Amino acid sequence: MKILVCMKQVPQKDAPLKLNETATWIREDVSYEVNEPDAYALEEALRQKEKHGGEVVVITSGPARAQQVLREALAKGADRAIHLEDNAFVGLDAFNTARAFAAAIKDEQFDLIFTGLQSDDYGYAQVGVILAELLGWPHATIIMQIEKTDAGIKVKRELEAGFFQFVDMPLPAVLTIQSGINKLRYATLIGIKNAKNKPLRKVALADVQSAIGNNLQMIEKLYIPQKTKNTEFIEGPPAEVAKKLVEKLRNELRVL
Amino acid sequence: MAIKFKGVDYIEFDAMLNDDERLVRDTARKFIEDNLIPIIEECNRAGRFPRELVKPMAEMGFFGASLKGYGCAGMSNVEYGLVTQELERGDSGVRSFVSVQSALVMYPIYAFGSEEQKQTWLPAMQQGEKLGCFGLTEPDFGSNPGGMRTRARKVGNEYVLNGEKMWITSGSIADIAVIWAKVENEDNKVRGFLVETDRKGFKAEDIHGKWSLRASVTSGLSLQDVHVPESNLLPGSNGLKSPLMCLNQARYGISWGAIGAAMSCYDCALQYSLLRKQFRDQPIASHQMVQEKLAWMITEITKAQLLCLQVGKLKDQGKAEHYHISMAKRNNVWMALECARLSRDILGANGVADDYPIMRHMMNLESVKTYEGTQDIHTLIIGSRITGIDAF
Repeated sequence: MKILVCMKQVPQKDAPLKLNETATWIREDVSYEVNEPDAYALEEALRQKEKHGGEVVVITSGPARAQQVLREALAKGADRAIHLEDNAFVGLDAFNTARAFAAAIKDEQFDLIFTGLQSDDYGYAQVGVILAELLGWPHATIIMQIEKTDAGIKVKRELEAGFFQFVDMPLPAVLTIQSGINKLRYATLIGIKNAKNKPLRKVALADVQSAIGNNLQMIEKLYIPQKTKNTEFIEGPPAEVAKKLVEKLRNELRVL
Repeated sequence: MAIKFKGVDYIEFDAMLNDDERLVRDTARKFIEDNLIPIIEECNRAGRFPRELVKPMAEMGFFGASLKGYGCAGMSNVEYGLVTQELERGDSGVRSFVSVQSALVMYPIYAFGSEEQKQTWLPAMQQGEKLGCFGLTEPDFGSNPGGMRTRARKVGNEYVLNGEKMWITSGSIADIAVIWAKVENEDNKVRGFLVETDRKGFKAEDIHGKWSLRASVTSGLSLQDVHVPESNLLPGSNGLKSPLMCLNQARYGISWGAIGAAMSCYDCALQYSLLRKQFRDQPIASHQMVQEKLAWMITEITKAQLLCLQVGKLKDQGKAEHYHISMAKRNNVWMALECARLSRDILGANGVADDYPIMRHMMNLESVKTYEGTQDIHTLIIGSRITGIDAF
């Protein structure tokens, strides 16, 4: 099976974040890491390859720093990488990111495309689903298990309240992978060395420019939640005060 | 209350590392965080070497990481140093085990061994299937290894070894010992021998009651008429400079390792000082005397990083001299021990308990300060370099 894994570089989980000057996103000078849900998608792809053979290709979009995500994936065992490299990719919404990916892989023949369930920064959980739609492929989300069948694959989806759904799907297909379904491997030192010799194809913004358009989604303003202290005195006869207090605790503060 | 390590980088040191170096560091850090940190306090209490980590560490490529071929990763010296930093951020004893396996056993086989010896031992040691120890120090000869009493005598096509070795990391768990001995038939020249530890006359007894490096094995070795075939001689070993070359490798790793131990103490003290409140319900980090300690530590850690990075770069260019490495080892271990003591101060009574890693690092670093050339010996090496006069 030939599997593409879409990966993203996101700010490190416990990194202190600062807003940029226009308060539309965070400042660049933070530490970055692999989006954790994507690490599970990669792990699942590597396991599928170990079982069924084939190839694992990883793709990301972002500035030069994002290449670290691809290097790590190559060190863990991915065969080759595609980097859509430009600062402009950071600000793309899910629709345009999916369109850029679709354009970058138009000459490839994948059986499966994996994404993590969602990104730890924007958290849209949309790129995989939109990419499927653009390619005209079926998709399934929140995948916990993938089995190869004669007709394609059988996947297990996680629903709410402990319910699962099993779906038979034809290939090719797009799957968004649930986090925690496997144990992540480490990039070994030898793997890191070997990664140097694996192919990494760079795609410039100009190569996919015609496929993307204006963002449909925009962040207008980001702000740090304001902490406020407010003291309110409820006055009146005790019975009335108690009634008002219960009402506030129940409806305003929702602690009851 | 467990405090999770957050990493230490004051002057954008990470920006001086390339992508691979950062990836190597982050990977080693994650491995240690996942696999060693959860068990290290128990190992330290019990005086237990975490043998279960040998295989996983081998799979990571930690053994012989800077050697090329024979299944080894072929890391640069800076990458190798960053691995030892992360290992020692976990524990000096575990880092010591890796240093001995890599720098003191695999390295001499790699540098002085025959092709047959390399083929026999290096891949198996890289895989962690075979463990090694290094026998140079003796009960009466530490800083002055040239005085060693262990002798090898050539009899027919065998060598017969006799002597005692002391303070040998991994002695009783090793499959192979690199034993340094004076060869009687060669004018008492010091040469290295590969001695399989199951040979008749070879005994290893653990040293108990250590208050330091409790998560690694330390033994005394006794060799009584141990016969080895002449093919067990390391053919390239030639005089005392051969074991000293091994020590150079190991000391280089230690100088990075000490940074790891210092980072662990500093980061713990910093986080603690922000949580711990005293006087007017203020965190103790708001006190000038606590800030002074923290500022001293981060400054010294940063200087130590720069020192190591430069020595590592010199080493990659083949230009690192033993006196460069002496400066890095001497400064960084001292700096780490001071950080441990200052951090312990900041944690007050809590610093004494093994809920926190500080006291363990402090006790470990007392050994690290002494082994592989004591603080004083490295002072004299630097002194000899700058004055041209040996003061040993």
